[in-house]
Amino acid sequence: MDFNFTDEQTMLRDSVARYLSDTYTFDARMAAVHGEAGWNPHVWKAFAEELGILGAPFAEDHGGLGGGAIENMIVMEEIGKALVIEPYLQTVVIGGGFLKAAGGALAEAVIPKIIDGSAIIAFAYAEPQGRYNLADLRTTAKKDGGGYVLNGHKAVVYAAPWATHLIVTARTGGSVRERGGVSVFLIAADAPGITRRDYPTVDGARASEVYFENVAVGADALIGAEGEGLPLVERVVDEATAAVCAEASGVVRKLHEGTLDYSRQRKQFGKSIGEFQVLQHRMVDMFMEVEQAVSMTLMATLRIDEHDRSKHVSAAKNKIARGARFVGQSAVQIHGGIGISNELAIGHYFKRATMIESQFGDADFHLRRFETLMD
Amino acid sequence: MDLNFSADDLAFQQEVRTFLADHYPAGLKAKFDEGEELSKEDFLSWHKVLAAKGWAGIAWPVEYGGTGWTSVQRYIFAEESARADAMRLLPFGLNMVGPVIYTFGTPEQKAKYLPRILSGDDWWCQGYSEPGAGSDLASLRTKAERFTGDDGKEYYRVNGQKTWTTLAQHADMIFALVRTDATVKPQEGISFLLIDMKTPGITVRPIITLGGEHEVNEVWFEDVIVPVENRVFHENKGWTCAKFLLAHERTGIAGVAASKRGVERIKTIARTEIDSFGDEAQPLIANPFFKRKVAELEIDLTALEFTELRTLAGESSGKGPGPESSLLKIKGTEIQQRITELALEAVGHYGAPYFRGFGEGDNEHPIGPDYAHRAAPTYFNVRKTSIYGGSNEIQRNIIAKMVLGL
Repeated sequence: MDFNFTDEQTMLRDSVARYLSDTYTFDARMAAVHGEAGWNPHVWKAFAEELGILGAPFAEDHGGLGGGAIENMIVMEEIGKALVIEPYLQTVVIGGGFLKAAGGALAEAVIPKIIDGSAIIAFAYAEPQGRYNLADLRTTAKKDGGGYVLNGHKAVVYAAPWATHLIVTARTGGSVRERGGVSVFLIAADAPGITRRDYPTVDGARASEVYFENVAVGADALIGAEGEGLPLVERVVDEATAAVCAEASGVVRKLHEGTLDYSRQRKQFGKSIGEFQVLQHRMVDMFMEVEQAVSMTLMATLRIDEHDRSKHVSAAKNKIARGARFVGQSAVQIHGGIGISNELAIGHYFKRATMIESQFGDADFHLRRFETLMD
Repeated sequence: MDLNFSADDLAFQQEVRTFLADHYPAGLKAKFDEGEELSKEDFLSWHKVLAAKGWAGIAWPVEYGGTGWTSVQRYIFAEESARADAMRLLPFGLNMVGPVIYTFGTPEQKAKYLPRILSGDDWWCQGYSEPGAGSDLASLRTKAERFTGDDGKEYYRVNGQKTWTTLAQHADMIFALVRTDATVKPQEGISFLLIDMKTPGITVRPIITLGGEHEVNEVWFEDVIVPVENRVFHENKGWTCAKFLLAHERTGIAGVAASKRGVERIKTIARTEIDSFGDEAQPLIANPFFKRKVAELEIDLTALEFTELRTLAGESSGKGPGPESSLLKIKGTEIQQRITELALEAVGHYGAPYFRGFGEGDNEHPIGPDYAHRAAPTYFNVRKTSIYGGSNEIQRNIIAKMVLGL
């Protein structure tokens, strides 16, 4: 058993952490959030060129760093600590995850573009009626000559306003919620027939409702085999869920650290509020949630290739969703009024922690999935 | 003991229900449902209607223009208002400074301020918290120095800063705790002043909160001159008024009727939202995980309701609101917060779009179901309830000390 990072992994973590603490300040982040584009393309360029992290989980043959899930975990935890809004999750973890698993010409063509920063991917999977069920799809892809024609509506597609490509789940067969008949496509974001309604999200990112109206794609847009895409989708979403667990670990650590700092500085009744036992115990409880979040993230990441992967991911996500809520609410409570002001970072960590709770399924969803999968 | 309403109470219930149906402003209801930020006129529109009916001073004695209602009638009014989705009138004048003035004020102060509080002509805000004085309110430092003016009259010169001042941007008047003696124990050097917001030297600066709302403010005082007759009760005895007011604030804060309505709304959402899992799709309310949380919430709310009714019964038999009201504050705010948690859970993906961020003039159908738009901002915003009015930690201290004698 070995829980130590390799030298390369430690270097990766340190270089990302250093870059983000030097350049990705809270003020810089908020300027990007409130800017017209809603993100900072220079940061993305730096991710690609200075840090090389957009290649973290890809093979060296493609120009990547030769890593995998652990490298994604390392980067995502740092992303959580700095509240990064740029779409590493969607592009590298999810987009990269699909392409790596499927291989073939599409992977050969697109992975190098992910690594050099020119391809930005958004994942259009959720639908208004489907909640967290990946198979609940009304979007259809009908066979048409050599290709397919897509129609449907995808809900709350994070990063879609910035994307060059969309990964889209659609039915080539089967009925709503049937496991069979699900196919996955990689489509240019500006393909004719795609329209979007863009909006900010409460946690500082941008997302869209994406509508497909007779969008024609070639057979070469298909990722994996026609009608057999659901296991692949489930696998990549489990990888993505482990990655947001890592992000959450970074977020809750910062919430805890920020609260500790504040409790040492803030004086009431003639002493630091950190001297009050009731707050000490609350901060100890927060600390224990942070440590367990890190543990569960590691557990899920290390088991991501096992046959019962989904059970472990659900265990991690359930635990972390509950922990993120407790830590976020406690951080705000201990900060008092200043915790709900938009001016301070603490409230923004709380907002991101809150959105992570339900991303790829909330605590109840993962508890239920765990129950169905446990022995 | 009797849980049933009397025939008179039932008639009163019908009267209230009819009045609400006939007179609650339709535009206000629509704006509230849409989650639009309410203007000063919006807030006042319902106040003016109730004032004209003589129903603004719900808990006030008749001699000051109040309704003189029994605790049961007040309970019925709150229930019916929540049922009609009617907003509660803002508490700063009616539930806070009003009772302080009719309890501690001079005849001149009563005559000058009480009618304008009832009518809504004066909008009041609360100048309590300061950057350095939150839970430890008595450590406040806004200073009021007494001096004799050129006209031979007595004045205070006020300097300092208040913060988290709710809706100060609309206020005509502020009631403020100020330090009039820095040489004694903190609680013994505080006075309670009524200050006209138009006085030169007052600056209001907005604080934007997590949901994007402009609800609270900083209020700065720079050489603000206040006549001594604007002080309520004795100099350096303002803490008495402050404690009285906080206890009053805590009873209203249970919010039972509004929370009942909140639980109903959760059920409505959960009957509408579809919970898709595996090969099944059913209304969310049929999901045992979710349903259990709604059921526990409803049980806890019933416990709060009957605890409040017992407290109200005690009040109507002559006991003022005591430290027990801290229990209502803690449990009431915890329930309000759980309601917002469930609402956010219920809306799934559509909790993420930030509804204030939809483009200008974007009149298309909004993103997701209507009830989803405010779920996340409301969840964020309602975190304030366990912080304001004396944080829930402070309320537990009060119970430990005043009720349990620890």
